[in-house]
Amino acid sequence: METLAQLRDRLLARFPAAEVTVVTNPSPSAQHALRVDAHHAREIAGFLRDDPALQLDQCTNVTGIDWPEKEVVDAVRTTVPDPAGGTPRVVEEKIKRLEPGRLEVVYHLYSIALRHGPVVLRLVTGNRTDAVTLPSLTPVWRSCEFQEREVFDLFGVAFEGHPDLRRILMWDGFQDHPMRRDYREPDDYEWEPTPHGDVLAKAKRHYPAPAPSAP
Amino acid sequence: MNTATPTDPGITETERAELRRHGILLTGLEELYNWGRSHSVWPLNFGLACCAIEMIAASMAKFDIARFGSEVFRPSPRQADLLIVSGTVTKKMAPQVVRLWNQMPEPKYCIAMGACAISGGPFKQGYNVLKGIDRYIPVDIYIPGCPPRPEALLHGLVQLQEKIRRQAISGPEAPRHLRAEGDCNCPIPECGAHDLEPPQNAALWPVPPALVRPTRT
Repeated sequence: METLAQLRDRLLARFPAAEVTVVTNPSPSAQHALRVDAHHAREIAGFLRDDPALQLDQCTNVTGIDWPEKEVVDAVRTTVPDPAGGTPRVVEEKIKRLEPGRLEVVYHLYSIALRHGPVVLRLVTGNRTDAVTLPSLTPVWRSCEFQEREVFDLFGVAFEGHPDLRRILMWDGFQDHPMRRDYREPDDYEWEPTPHGDVLAKAKRHYPAPAPSAP
Repeated sequence: MNTATPTDPGITETERAELRRHGILLTGLEELYNWGRSHSVWPLNFGLACCAIEMIAASMAKFDIARFGSEVFRPSPRQADLLIVSGTVTKKMAPQVVRLWNQMPEPKYCIAMGACAISGGPFKQGYNVLKGIDRYIPVDIYIPGCPPRPEALLHGLVQLQEKIRRQAISGPEAPRHLRAEGDCNCPIPECGAHDLEPPQNAALWPVPPALVRPTRT
């Protein structure tokens, strides 16, 4: 199979208005992905499925990622020439910027016919509150149906064009999205014999610390 | 033991055993009734998670729950005596479990099988799992394990039979269904916006007293 960069170039040649970028994965797995803009996602997905060189006919996995809003510090180095003619100084400037929150949906595509894959496709929403609509890829790969419902249930991504978009794990009247990072579960902590990590923090909130004993 | 039993105060256990050796069975109505009941506990054919696999194994030939009179797994709660809560009770499933319990006729018993049914088990701190079915329905026998072996289920069943044999059929010690003021139904929780409402049946599950965190010495 061609490399992702070649695939991106081919997609851009086929869909000139689309935005396709290669997202590199620096971890040892090196599973790089194609980030596709939501507007052209359905057309591109159809192309990936039907292109004779790719024939990505199987979508095995759909999952979501939550990126909350966070502050990022970028270090910018600028070289300032010395007015006296000495060696130029290097000034490091730290610029804070606010990275906006967003939700991401990841599709893993394989070709059963040509026995290759995975090609990882990523779609990004505008934000985490009101612009959470993405095109559903269920019309392209039928296997996405339940997994997109799961992403809808646990992350709150609304899939446009999904045949049956309902919650799949939690009940219909449930209002939260439990896999989002800012989700807070109901405060019903119960005693644990060996709390650690997050559970220890909960235990500290729920049980008073022992009174300091008299010396 | 040479003390007279409360059912027939005029005769001791040794004397009864002596009579039994000569082919004379002497008993009371309560004892006979409970003996019969305890050997025909029909469980509800209802499984929730991996503990249900062990429950099924217990009903098969190797472990053979039929030896204890409980092989008749009923497909309807209307015909069942015993609810074996075998597995993780999710918050979405909990109202249905309570509804099944309410549909069972008295006298009825409940076994909480496995860590999840007792306390939520490994999913205890999760958002979607009930922290023990005893928050909503009265549990008679708790069987720990993850999952418990079929032998453990059989042991739990034998313990339940012991419990049934000790039940009075009249008087102040009688179980809830024999008392006029006893209400056998448990309120069914609603699936709310964030959690089950109410999060527990206050009559069964009082809010535990505040504990003090232990210090590490």
